[in-house]
Amino acid sequence: MADLQHPLVYASWETRGYWEGAGRGELVLQRCEACGTVQHKPRAICATCFADAPRSFVASGRGTVHTYTVTHQNQLPPFAAACPYVMAYVELEEGPRLLTHVVGCDPTEVRVGMPVVVDFQPQERTDGEVFGVPRFRPA
Amino acid sequence: MSISGKAAIVGVYEHPTRWAPDATEFQIMAESARGALADAGLTLADVDGLFAASMTMGAMGTIELAEYLNLKPDYIDGTNVGGSSFVAHVTHAAAAINAGLCEVALILYGSTAASSSVAIGTGMSHGNRGAHESFTSPYGLTTVGSYALVARLHMERYGTTPEQLAEIAVTMRRHAGLNPAAKMRAPITVDDVLSSRMISDPLHLLDCCIISDGGGAVVVTSTERARDLRKQPVLVLGCGEAVAHPEIGSPDLLTVAGAQCGARAFAMAGVRPTDIDLAMVYDSFTITVLATLENLGFCGRGEGGEFVSGGRIGLGGELPVNPDGGGLSNNHPGMRGIFLVIEAAKQLRGECGDRQVAGAKLAVAHGTGGTLGVSHSGATLVLGVE
Repeated sequence: MADLQHPLVYASWETRGYWEGAGRGELVLQRCEACGTVQHKPRAICATCFADAPRSFVASGRGTVHTYTVTHQNQLPPFAAACPYVMAYVELEEGPRLLTHVVGCDPTEVRVGMPVVVDFQPQERTDGEVFGVPRFRPA
Repeated sequence: MSISGKAAIVGVYEHPTRWAPDATEFQIMAESARGALADAGLTLADVDGLFAASMTMGAMGTIELAEYLNLKPDYIDGTNVGGSSFVAHVTHAAAAINAGLCEVALILYGSTAASSSVAIGTGMSHGNRGAHESFTSPYGLTTVGSYALVARLHMERYGTTPEQLAEIAVTMRRHAGLNPAAKMRAPITVDDVLSSRMISDPLHLLDCCIISDGGGAVVVTSTERARDLRKQPVLVLGCGEAVAHPEIGSPDLLTVAGAQCGARAFAMAGVRPTDIDLAMVYDSFTITVLATLENLGFCGRGEGGEFVSGGRIGLGGELPVNPDGGGLSNNHPGMRGIFLVIEAAKQLRGECGDRQVAGAKLAVAHGTGGTLGVSHSGATLVLGVE
């Protein structure tokens, strides 16, 4: 598997805290201060109780593989050259599942239930900000 | 007040093309409209409701389509919720007709996905700016990959096997062999499926639908008016729509939209899954069929692998699924929902020759739009003849 440089992420006003956090090496989730619910993806409101401004917090970065697929075919660059790569839902200790990659092991070694820990690929932007793309590797 | 039985499908047409490099989407829609209106014994002048969606129509595409057809409808619906759209259009048409907003609804689809080289499953970019796409585009999640995540989970949780999924593809191909219009008709075996190349583990090439060109049309009117038309009315007995999505982070990926809209459609029709003679199920991938059948209640959760085996979903089986060969073998021009409605109607009218489900009186058509594994829509119809 060729080392994949993830395409530059697009951050909206609501989601940039997530990508900025990843640029600092932190996995950022939201927790509503009114009802306590943890949510992903990030939003300007709590989608459970509709309270404003859920508070960002740094998640543990630990989780398990909920399900996965080894991608053998994707015609789009830069993924075509990176095949086979492992797409997965990783279930975080805090509850939400992230759609992400499992890296740092042979694709054939990935299993459902496998403990994994977050890893980040930084992205330098032309505006000087650093974003990051969260991936996971075997714990 | 239920609209069950108040509207009927009175004309259908499946465009025969599977490869149309010299046609446009609107041309295919217009030719399909001509066919479906002739089937109903109606003309374009009778149409006062226009419903359409396609892979390339923009936000005001229905206006452009109305111009192409030189039509000035009183009711317009360009709902696009992916491949299930046309199943939902039948529901919307039934509601609009029952509300007196239009009387003759024309539902259209046309596509040149294959001749335009649209790599739907493994090479279609959706951009990176949407609330959903911004979290998938950095990772290269393909359409096949999204369904593969569901297939893997089903295998892990319930012990479903690649052979059981392959059985679905084999059955669809057997059906396509009985359909002269189908694109892929040569028989295949479970071994053929399992030895075809892996696209996104555990889904092989032959677990995936084909890509074709094509299109179709459906005409819906009031049941009252339907009784005076050419063909036996196919009554809209039950309907439902739903979405399933990642919620706030941890949805059950094996609960698809069909669980919600299927239950609603069955309740409206006052029938149960065991009453159904045939099911038209959007078969973008083999796992789509298995997950949909479970969620519609044709078998229990986790029993899908067993249910699709042993010829149960083949012609002559307990619940024939997609006698036309489905998207896996007949045709799949990108958004397949309209063909689910067309084949269900033809089956209920007893017009399907070698692939006819004998004595079919009740059918379910269930469309999926978007992708299982992330966000998708579902639309269910229960259709019947008297």
